[in-house]
Amino acid sequence: MTATAATDLPLWPPTNPDHGPFALLDEQERGRLDKPVTRVRLPTGATAWLVTRHADVRQLLRHPAFSANFEKPGFPLLRPLPPQSELERQGGFIRMDGDAHTRLRRMLTAEFMIKNVRRVEPLIQQTVDEALDALQAAGPPADLVEAFALPVPSMVICHLLGVPYADHGFFQARSRTLLDRTAPVERVRTEVGELRAYLRELALARHADAATDLISRLVRDRVATGELSVDELVGMALLLLVAGHETTANMIGLSALLLLREPGRLDALREDPDRAPALVEELLRYLSVVRTGLPRLAVDDVEIGGRLIRAGEGAIAVLSLANRDPEVFGTADEFDPYQQAHQHLAFGFGVHQCIGQPLARAELRIALVELARRFPGLRTTATPEQLSTRDTSVVFGLNRLPVTW
Amino acid sequence: MRIEVDRDRCCGSGNCVLAAPEVFDQDEADGLVLLLRPAPPAEAADRVRRAADLCPAGAIHLT
Repeated sequence: MTATAATDLPLWPPTNPDHGPFALLDEQERGRLDKPVTRVRLPTGATAWLVTRHADVRQLLRHPAFSANFEKPGFPLLRPLPPQSELERQGGFIRMDGDAHTRLRRMLTAEFMIKNVRRVEPLIQQTVDEALDALQAAGPPADLVEAFALPVPSMVICHLLGVPYADHGFFQARSRTLLDRTAPVERVRTEVGELRAYLRELALARHADAATDLISRLVRDRVATGELSVDELVGMALLLLVAGHETTANMIGLSALLLLREPGRLDALREDPDRAPALVEELLRYLSVVRTGLPRLAVDDVEIGGRLIRAGEGAIAVLSLANRDPEVFGTADEFDPYQQAHQHLAFGFGVHQCIGQPLARAELRIALVELARRFPGLRTTATPEQLSTRDTSVVFGLNRLPVTW
Repeated sequence: MRIEVDRDRCCGSGNCVLAAPEVFDQDEADGLVLLLRPAPPAEAADRVRRAADLCPAGAIHLT
């Protein structure tokens, strides 16, 4: 560790949002932060190593010397952790290591595997069609985030989990708080508690139920057999509910803006929808909505990018900058619909890599193909620089996307 | 080319199925990797290498 005072270190995440939704850093930030491994200061006052290169991010996220457990002393948090009881932490396997993580994740891997998501595609298609029917019926102008990008993934995950979509106002508002790194910790604690209580009540009502949604099946197959506690189920459902709509919703909104920005992009998708899977990979790479990165704590000394990271030090794997690494992606700061983007790290890497990625890919593909097909004259009425963005959220995105057609 | 998969390491991301569906599948019961062809045909070699490279858990070994 260097003797530099923490206050001299650059701040992560950077605070200047005035560069529009597609640039990751402004010039000054780039000079200070876009190096392979940089010591940074976090909003909590702690310090951490910022890791930005593709190969280094892969190594870090797959290395057993790093823990994902937020509770460990020295963990590089972006906001103070709300005080939580043991019960309130149950089931949140995104923050667990080793066998504890594997045990819970493996109860869900079959659910989100590619062939299962294929079986869900008609539901996604129907959800997209209905949202676009409603948009067409209401007529222009519209906010594409509120009318399309947010409700589609939200309805799909509700259907899969067995959460009533009618309650979307309740859980969407609380999801936003949970992901806002500037939200006061007491408020985060209250709202997470409300979400857990809501999901607990849903789960308990399912005991005698024959329904086929995921929560009902986990109650019958895992809770009733004593394999899983109700509080663990609640934590898992919370994770899936929040991750299941926030990430894809923001990807759909930003993708629509990016495709609308240059004439011809939507036309190309409409004329050749078979290109959609490759286009989706490039959108995932270029937009990388988890922009503040994935924090980890070194539990052993380890060298990353030529830098020794010692046990007890924090590191942040910056997926978004790794996805713009010119060593891997050539003209990485350009959006290139023909880019071979399959190596992107938008879903993370290592054993915590997004479990819902086949679902996210299918939702994005179907949503964008149908949007292009049904709304050939779609255009946005705002420039990217005028749009309000979610700068303090763990999941970056647009607050609104005004469109007409 | 010979492929070995480590189901203890597998985290069920499905990247291998996306890269080389004729060689890899996922188990109906647990979503973990199923190796369909331990000795893949030559024309699948590039896709198999991609699958091994994309595997987030490092569960695919090629020799």
